[in-house]
Amino acid sequence: MDQGGPALTKNRLLVIGPLAFLSTFLLYPLGVILVRSFGSEGVLLDPFIAVLADSYYLGRIWFTVWQAAASTVLTLVIGLPVAYLFARHDFPGKTVLKALTTLPFIMPTIVVAMGFIALLGPEGLVNMALSGLFGADGPYVRVTNTLTIIFMAHAFYNYAIVVRIVSAFWSNLTPTFSESATMLGAGRVRVFTQITLPLLMPSLLSSAALVFVFSFTSFGVVLILGGPRLATLEVSIYELTLRLFQLDIAGALAVVQLAFTSAFLVVYTRLQARGAVPITFVPADVGARKTRNLRDRMVATAIAVGLLVLLSPLLALIEQAMSSSEGYSFAHFRGLFSNESGSYFHLSPLMVAWNSIRFALLSMAIALAVGTTASYVIVQRRASSHVVDALFMAPLGVSAVTLGFAFLMAFNRWPIDLRGSWLILVIAHALVAYPFVIRSVLPVLRGMPPHLRESAALLGATPVQIFIYVEIPILARALLVGATFAFAVSMGEFGASLLLVRPEFTTIPVAIFRLLGQPGESNFGQALAMSTLLMAVVTVGFVIIERFRYRNVGGF
Amino acid sequence: MPDLELSGVCKSFDGVSAVSDVSLTAGHGELVCLLGPSGCGKSTLLRLIAGLESLDAGSVRLGGKNLDRAAPHTRGFGLMFQDLALFPHMNVSENVGFGLRMQRQPSQAVRRRVDELLDLVGLTGYGNRDVHGLSGGERQRVALARTLAPAPKLLMLDEPLASLDRVLRESLQAQIRTILKEVDVTAIYVTHDKDEAFAIADSIVFMNDGSVVQAGSPKSLFSAPASELVARSMGMRNILPGRLVSTDGSALVTCAIGTLVVGGPIPRDVGPEEDVLVVVDERGVSAVPARFPGDGPPDALNGMVVVREFHGGESELHVRVGEGLLVCMVTQRDAGASAQQGDYVGITIPPEAVSLLPLRPHPQA
Repeated sequence: MDQGGPALTKNRLLVIGPLAFLSTFLLYPLGVILVRSFGSEGVLLDPFIAVLADSYYLGRIWFTVWQAAASTVLTLVIGLPVAYLFARHDFPGKTVLKALTTLPFIMPTIVVAMGFIALLGPEGLVNMALSGLFGADGPYVRVTNTLTIIFMAHAFYNYAIVVRIVSAFWSNLTPTFSESATMLGAGRVRVFTQITLPLLMPSLLSSAALVFVFSFTSFGVVLILGGPRLATLEVSIYELTLRLFQLDIAGALAVVQLAFTSAFLVVYTRLQARGAVPITFVPADVGARKTRNLRDRMVATAIAVGLLVLLSPLLALIEQAMSSSEGYSFAHFRGLFSNESGSYFHLSPLMVAWNSIRFALLSMAIALAVGTTASYVIVQRRASSHVVDALFMAPLGVSAVTLGFAFLMAFNRWPIDLRGSWLILVIAHALVAYPFVIRSVLPVLRGMPPHLRESAALLGATPVQIFIYVEIPILARALLVGATFAFAVSMGEFGASLLLVRPEFTTIPVAIFRLLGQPGESNFGQALAMSTLLMAVVTVGFVIIERFRYRNVGGF
Repeated sequence: MPDLELSGVCKSFDGVSAVSDVSLTAGHGELVCLLGPSGCGKSTLLRLIAGLESLDAGSVRLGGKNLDRAAPHTRGFGLMFQDLALFPHMNVSENVGFGLRMQRQPSQAVRRRVDELLDLVGLTGYGNRDVHGLSGGERQRVALARTLAPAPKLLMLDEPLASLDRVLRESLQAQIRTILKEVDVTAIYVTHDKDEAFAIADSIVFMNDGSVVQAGSPKSLFSAPASELVARSMGMRNILPGRLVSTDGSALVTCAIGTLVVGGPIPRDVGPEEDVLVVVDERGVSAVPARFPGDGPPDALNGMVVVREFHGGESELHVRVGEGLLVCMVTQRDAGASAQQGDYVGITIPPEAVSLLPLRPHPQA
């Protein structure tokens, strides 16, 4: 069905805005590092040769790949039972619990890392409790600076992806498939391995591809929890750039990483398209059953309890932020506002918070403008819609440190010199955030019946009136959700900020990281308190998103 | 003088013709039905008239004024879509008043007019209702009221009742016709259902493959269909290839069921010994039970019942006659109604039940 038609033709020039933004602030900087990585001093591909000839960098690449693979497997193992619970069981509190599973995914990396330190660190909740029970013989659980805690954090961070994608797919799968198999004599195990699992495969693979990419480009978690010996490519790029100033090598590593992530995102997109082939879908309610018998109830309870255990790092963060040597108090929080010792570069925590908030508001405004316009462009391109969509989602495929690095390389000279400007930070945040605006606005825009606009036009509304009186009110909720996402993303952005921020523009996540690097209980306590506040802000945003997003529309 | 005048309207999408060389007129206050199978270009034609698509060729005039370059929102036409497109974020009166607000009419006047329209469509007091909570028929009437509120110069309805069940559809057909006549608006009504078209239209334009096949009053389409497609769309099932034997005196035609006397007019350009299509009115035929072949009334054709279906007031008989199959509808009072499957019957076909169609449709004059 044709929509709009020539008489209602929306402005073809609309494409210029978002495309210019994308080209200037993503394609151009990436192009700059690509060109540089080919070698700046005559020898072609010099940086690549240096990387590939050095067993240290090969080791980093190998480590990044296998830790991502292992994290993905662990994430699937944890996510699958939860997906099953939500797809096939109905129980009181399901909606709230389901919403809670998404919470870790939206949490800033710095908050997740702090949560794990609060829970499992040498002075964390678990070790304190164990010391209380068995005597103070030093930490019983030693996981910081090990792979274990990295795996745990990655699983914690990403299992929501598996749950969301797989359970949505699973709950739409008609139960008659497995019921038929049962009637044909298959036991529970064989029903699962021969019917359910193969049917779920597209959703499993596409969520696995996504988890792999996120674990592959993991930065904050590895930097803070992994210690000096464990470094992913992302961490290596950061260190090469800010500590060692080996920009050519950093560029080559960034290109290697980009190649990996784009390959996996292509796989993901392909699998998504395949997963979209409908089998026989039923309304989700039909497939879910009330937990009836004891066995069902026990299984459901066990999984639900396990889910709460998964959230324990966030709870531990609150507990630790509230506790000090004198017992529970708001001492650390008061420390944030009293500005006695915690001032970092003479910047009060309040000033840091103000930085974060104003940058987040600005990024949100830019992301809304770019994301909404891009959504209109995508909808207008009927034939090439998916290509344009994928193009505009490109920022999601570029990891945070790589983006920051590319910005440093590209915007330090003519024609775009943003050195020392806070604008560079805001643009980076907006770039990372606007795809979320697209993901929330686009489905609603696509779902809007074209006849609504046409009816309005025939009732005498000008294109501007149609936009104001028909489109905006219908898009309002999606815009609110997209704006909140953008705000939360900007508030929590860590990797790019760490490279781009100037001391006077320090944001909350960067300040937390700096506080961690300074000795003393007061600094650590303030880092905990600041993380807790950041978590609170993001949780509020999360509640807004959950409250207003359209169910069953769009991605995660 | 015709109110709406289309001449030579053409439109193709990506090289595929959707509407080709359509000309039609509608007088003031006339209700014209566009009838035809789905995909025949009816809806595209509406969108062309509305200005939602641009013309490749031809012109659209209203009251003698050429509208080819006018934007849809300036034409002052009303279009009611099949999916109704009620604005989901507005209640009933906000929906109905939308067009008036776009004209920046004072809110007092808008409110008066909205109430007037709600009265007209029988939804008095529904103004504050949410459009989601309405029944199918109520939604239909809200959409009609919304389309009528700005007093459109031309009203177009695109399969407005297609999504409703039969009982509701029939009651709304009558209401829509009454309302349209009451406001005296020129209207174009698209449907693929001939019963709906017959019930509602002043005149019918039958379309197929983007062209007009036949235009005229409902009665003329039924009594003199211009082609096999139109005839079949009018519900005629006994359409048999045949040959005109003679035209002097009473015309005779031979076909699979035998030689018949033709009561209807002979199509132009068809002479003796030429191939034609023979149409036998399924309600004009009588069937009388017989004990053995040849036992029927004199001059009756011998037949055997192969299918018998009970349809309430009527029975449907499929009778093998000669080498052909004839469908007969008999009322329960007729003798033929007692015939069972496998019974012999004598079939009498009076001349007035037989008409002819040209093998190829005439080009539209």
